[in-house]
Amino acid sequence: MSKTMEPDLQSPLGGTHGETAGKEWRHPSDNWLRGFILDNRAALGTLAVFIVMMAVFMIANPIVFTTWYLYSSVLTTLPVALFVVVPLVFVVTCGEIDLSFPATMGFASWVFALVVQAGYDPFLGIAAAMITGMLLGFLVGSLVVYGGLSSLIATLGMNFLLRGLIQIINEGRSTALTGLADSWAYKIFSSQLYGIPVQIFWAIGFVVLSALLYNRHRFGAQVKVVGDNPDSAQQMGIDVKRVRVKVFVFVGIGAAIAGTFSVMINFTWWPTAGDGYLLPVLASVFVGGTPTWGGIGTVVGGAIGAVTVSFIQTGVVAAGLSGFYVQFFNGLIIILSLLGHKWNQARYR
Amino acid sequence: MAERIIELRDISKSYGQVYALGGVNLSVDRGEVVGLIGDNGAGKSTLIKILSGVVKPTSGEILVRGKPVTGWSPARSRDAGIETVFQDRALAVQQTIVRNIFMGRELTGWLGWLKVNKEIAEASRLMREIGFTSKVFTPQSIVGQLSGGERQGVAIARAIYKKAELIVLDEPTTALSLTETAKVFHFVRQVRASGRSILFIGHNIHHVYDIADRFVVLDRGKVALTADRSEVKSAEDLINFMEDVAHPSGLPGLHDAGDAGRAAR
Repeated sequence: MSKTMEPDLQSPLGGTHGETAGKEWRHPSDNWLRGFILDNRAALGTLAVFIVMMAVFMIANPIVFTTWYLYSSVLTTLPVALFVVVPLVFVVTCGEIDLSFPATMGFASWVFALVVQAGYDPFLGIAAAMITGMLLGFLVGSLVVYGGLSSLIATLGMNFLLRGLIQIINEGRSTALTGLADSWAYKIFSSQLYGIPVQIFWAIGFVVLSALLYNRHRFGAQVKVVGDNPDSAQQMGIDVKRVRVKVFVFVGIGAAIAGTFSVMINFTWWPTAGDGYLLPVLASVFVGGTPTWGGIGTVVGGAIGAVTVSFIQTGVVAAGLSGFYVQFFNGLIIILSLLGHKWNQARYR
Repeated sequence: MAERIIELRDISKSYGQVYALGGVNLSVDRGEVVGLIGDNGAGKSTLIKILSGVVKPTSGEILVRGKPVTGWSPARSRDAGIETVFQDRALAVQQTIVRNIFMGRELTGWLGWLKVNKEIAEASRLMREIGFTSKVFTPQSIVGQLSGGERQGVAIARAIYKKAELIVLDEPTTALSLTETAKVFHFVRQVRASGRSILFIGHNIHHVYDIADRFVVLDRGKVALTADRSEVKSAEDLINFMEDVAHPSGLPGLHDAGDAGRAAR
């Protein structure tokens, strides 16, 4: 009996390690497909939710859901959300939250509108908007990180503060940018290509680049480690505060692009630009499979989450239900997704 | 004689009026496992922190390979090849083994993109070096799926990466089961076999007795004993000695090494 209790001190990991030591490592499943599914289970789960939802909509109203117009309108507005959902996945992974992005969208697109209205090239306006977004992100991030404030409350405050500033200065007036339609910037960023809104291509490019940044770049690796165990990251020489500020700057840049795109769709800047995005964007991140506790997340899942959320509203109305059902279905999808992710993902902390 | 990696001479540390360490001598030679034993409050943690450069000693001298150093700091400590594995959660448990090993020193190429394959190959090499291999996990497994002993393996693999010559293990077997402790010992032996040294800190005397070549007993900020393995017959000897130190009842210990023992050689 004691023989089985005694651990083998010489090779406690089992007698097999001697043989395997010389060979290459193999995934336990040694099947690339299974490995792929395991590595991307959150994103694939989100995709499954989306497919089921679309199937239900299509059965409810096959005519509307097989016409291109519906998709075209979603593909025009979806990119705006994608440009903020994706950076927010980084923020949430880092263990923070940013609720100030709607005001950053409004502020940066306001700068864009001012530059264009003053007669400068829209490209210059886009550059100015992105710099504005970057600076605002840095401001919000520094306030949270160096000021040692709770990001939930501090960014909420910054959202009101910045939006209030916009409202005070503009006194509620919007800015029409009629000249935009003839510009090169509009053709490149906001026209159609073979009938498909061109914004979606830029958004897909942004999602792919961000996914690579998240999974295959030092930035993503450090964001995950900081969100997972900041003490350990600090001990291993990572500048934790800097990484945290960087994710807020990333949101600032994303929000600036999103704000600019939304102005280019409408040819008009409103002082409320971006306001409506707060809750759908946050919902997208979590519907996408990024958990609230930090350390892990999925950019592609977040993007699919954004697609799901943007189809709910269109879908509910198109399926023949009244607009009163929209909120109900929004909530239903969010809750079902969260339950699904809880079952789908193991939690290691 | 083997090369002396590091030597602490007459190290004292006081926090205000309170003495944490009062004239401690400690040295580690190449390829040896030194077991540092002491009760809570004996000054083990302070000594480790001084060794890793986190805390500055009030007085005393630090010699790296026989040469006195000035301006001792965490960076200097690392340059000298000293890596400390702290007892508290030092790993990011939701990340892969690879990501933990390369935490803060990712292998990157152009514009900071990760060299993923190189990292995996390098991680496998490190893990094999300490005998940390298995059929049930790979360098890309999530640390949270590993057992306590295996997690120490990840921490040790991370510590030996780059030119680490002395690994300081702070209570690596505390709160581990017998099998898990055996795993950690296995890693420690492999590290010693690779020519590196280990300072093994623990308050479980049996664990330290099983693994160390030399023992240093700390008591209330002073070295109460240093002894080679050949001089200590059993773990019970050490325990008896520790009890004598804690409750001096007149019985002499093995060596009253406080001032004149081997520590001062």
